Amino acid sequence: MSGPISPALPARSEGAAGLAPSAGPPRRRRVRWGDRLLFGYTWLVLVWLFAPIAVMIAFGFNDTKSKSNVNWQGFTLKWWGRLGDYPELTNAVVNSITIALLATVITTVLGTLMGIALGRYRFRGQAVTNLVMFAAISSPELVMGASLLSLFVSLGVQTGYVTIMLAHVLFSVSFVAVTVRARVVGLDGSIEEAARDLGASTWITFWRVTFPMILPGVVSGALLAFALSIDDFVITQFTSGATVTFPLWIYGAVRIGVPPQVNILGTLIFAVGVVIAVVNTFTSRRRT
Amino acid sequence: MTETQAGKEAAPAASDISPVPAIELDGVVKEYQAHGEVVQAVKGVSLSIAEGEFFSMLGPSGCGKTTTMRMIAGFEDPTRGTVRLQGQDVTDVAPNKRDVNMVFQSYALFPHMNVWENVAFGLRRKRVPEQEIKRRVGEMLEIVDLTGREKRRPREMSGGQQQRVALARALVNNPRALLLDEPLGALDLKLRQAMQIELKRIQREVGITFVYVTHDQNEALTMSDRIAVMNDGLVEQLAGPREIYERPATKFVAGFIGTSNLLSGTAEEVGGGTAVIRMGDGDRVLVPVGDATVQGGAVEVTVRPEKIRISREEPAVGVSAVRGTVSEVVYLGTYNSYAVNLAGGTEFTVFEQNAHDSSITAERGDSVWLSWQPHHSYAIGS
Ligand SMILES: Nc1ncnc2c1ncn2[C@@H]1O[C@H](COP(=O)(O)OP(=O)(O)OP(=O)(O)O)[C@@H](O)[C@H]1O
Ligand SMILES: [Mg+2]
Repeated sequence: MSGPISPALPARSEGAAGLAPSAGPPRRRRVRWGDRLLFGYTWLVLVWLFAPIAVMIAFGFNDTKSKSNVNWQGFTLKWWGRLGDYPELTNAVVNSITIALLATVITTVLGTLMGIALGRYRFRGQAVTNLVMFAAISSPELVMGASLLSLFVSLGVQTGYVTIMLAHVLFSVSFVAVTVRARVVGLDGSIEEAARDLGASTWITFWRVTFPMILPGVVSGALLAFALSIDDFVITQFTSGATVTFPLWIYGAVRIGVPPQVNILGTLIFAVGVVIAVVNTFTSRRRT
Repeated sequence: MTETQAGKEAAPAASDISPVPAIELDGVVKEYQAHGEVVQAVKGVSLSIAEGEFFSMLGPSGCGKTTTMRMIAGFEDPTRGTVRLQGQDVTDVAPNKRDVNMVFQSYALFPHMNVWENVAFGLRRKRVPEQEIKRRVGEMLEIVDLTGREKRRPREMSGGQQQRVALARALVNNPRALLLDEPLGALDLKLRQAMQIELKRIQREVGITFVYVTHDQNEALTMSDRIAVMNDGLVEQLAGPREIYERPATKFVAGFIGTSNLLSGTAEEVGGGTAVIRMGDGDRVLVPVGDATVQGGAVEVTVRPEKIRISREEPAVGVSAVRGTVSEVVYLGTYNSYAVNLAGGTEFTVFEQNAHDSSITAERGDSVWLSWQPHHSYAIGS
């Protein structure tokens, strides 16, 4: 059951704050100092990470009078009522969300199958597959976007909604595959044999035993794919044709001023993300 | 477990009717391709295991025990040979279609299911009515003493408890045979001994054939009806525990089971039920005539350390005796262990019971006689 060691992303990383060891009385002073340092440092990092998000959320409530939304001019809720003021913006958000959802479904199915194959079996072309996957993860988006565009053009494919989605599937499938593979490699193969031994067919074994065990990997992979898709700019720019997504619309609006509606939509997407992440953490703690 | 009995043929009471063996291996060979070369994990094993027997496979690491067992369960296809269960050729039958269950060394419990769901898994697959599943799982958890822990997840249980869940999960299906691959390997000595007794009790209670893989000789000797001692992909000896210990068939078995002393020599005279073996240094010993003793043939004479008497005086005639020098004396509580260098260069181990007084017969450097009854020694072809 051994596959090659994967350059896998850790499925879940432990919070740094949880690492402080509890020491006996003699070393108490030193450990306390270390604790404080760690505590301060942890908060610094958290603030650094969340400050931009806080600013984004805040400016959704800014009572701005001008076209640009960069100076704080007082609190208002009026933009929430005028969320649909820009039909193209609404359309772009709908595009982004539907593309992300479709791409996530396709990517998760393909990536999970790839991950299982790579983690479980030895086959011809395995090394090449690993290499291509790694290349897809590490290659600059600019390169991938440009090459995709030339591919679509030379194939005579009209770029637009479908090509964006295909591109998103392409660059996120490796992430899902790598996450699932890490999970598969860590599985004790005899658990599936036990299921077979107890009378389960291969099909039942997969759905009752294998799949529940790799589910945390599949879920993390799917979340990753969704997150990568919904805010992708570079590759989308190359493959979008006349279709506009949320990031593309914002980019276009930067020159004339980004309206507070963008902040609100960003806040909403962020909120959904937080809810999903919390639910995932909560349920996966039970699952594993 | 009444339905187990009812489900099977009425067991013939008389031993003259030989019933169909529960498991039969016939010339089974398993080869693996590894790095371009062929590795023979099992080199030709034929054995037959009777209904209700506690059968052990014993041997050093890498001798092919697991591979043999996996071929019985159906996880490996034999390269050559036939596997029969209850007389039926199952060589090409998938593991989920074979009426045997396995207990894995790692237990292989389903981590996402609780104890109850784990144990019920096999019955669910067989579409046993829910009412009956409830009853049988409940009964089985009682047998393995896990009642009240139905809702626990495997990782919330100790090693011994997980082991019992694994056992219950297999046994609840009333398999024709239970295959156990070093099921106690991960437990500490105390728990291990408790579980050995437990396993033996369960086997008696449910009356199912047990095939037990272990590399622990004590475990095999105490639990089994018969033992197959394996080495390097072959069965070296297949016999009951007493015979394996008292009459090892090969040098390997003699060395692997317990401590053995070996003397090389030549069969000089054969006749009258005994053979005279002449050692390199000219000493002669008597052994009972066996398969290995042919006139003029090279043999190894083996004697167990506890059968040897150590003395300063020359022993009476009629026993086999050799001379040597004590090189080490170790006090081990219930007995003393001596290492004695024989004149020919061989080293002998002798155990002396501390039955009468705890005085030591010989000190380091003493010249001593070692003697034993001829019928306590035997010759193995070398
Ligand atoms: N899948 C495989 N590919 C190549 N060689 C294998 C494979 N499985 C087992 N072997 C080889 O076959 C031999 C027997 O292995 P097996 O697992 O049956 O030993 P074992 O008696 O169970 O040993 P242990 O007591 O260590 O479990 C070993 O030499 C092993 O290296
Ligand atoms: Mg083994």
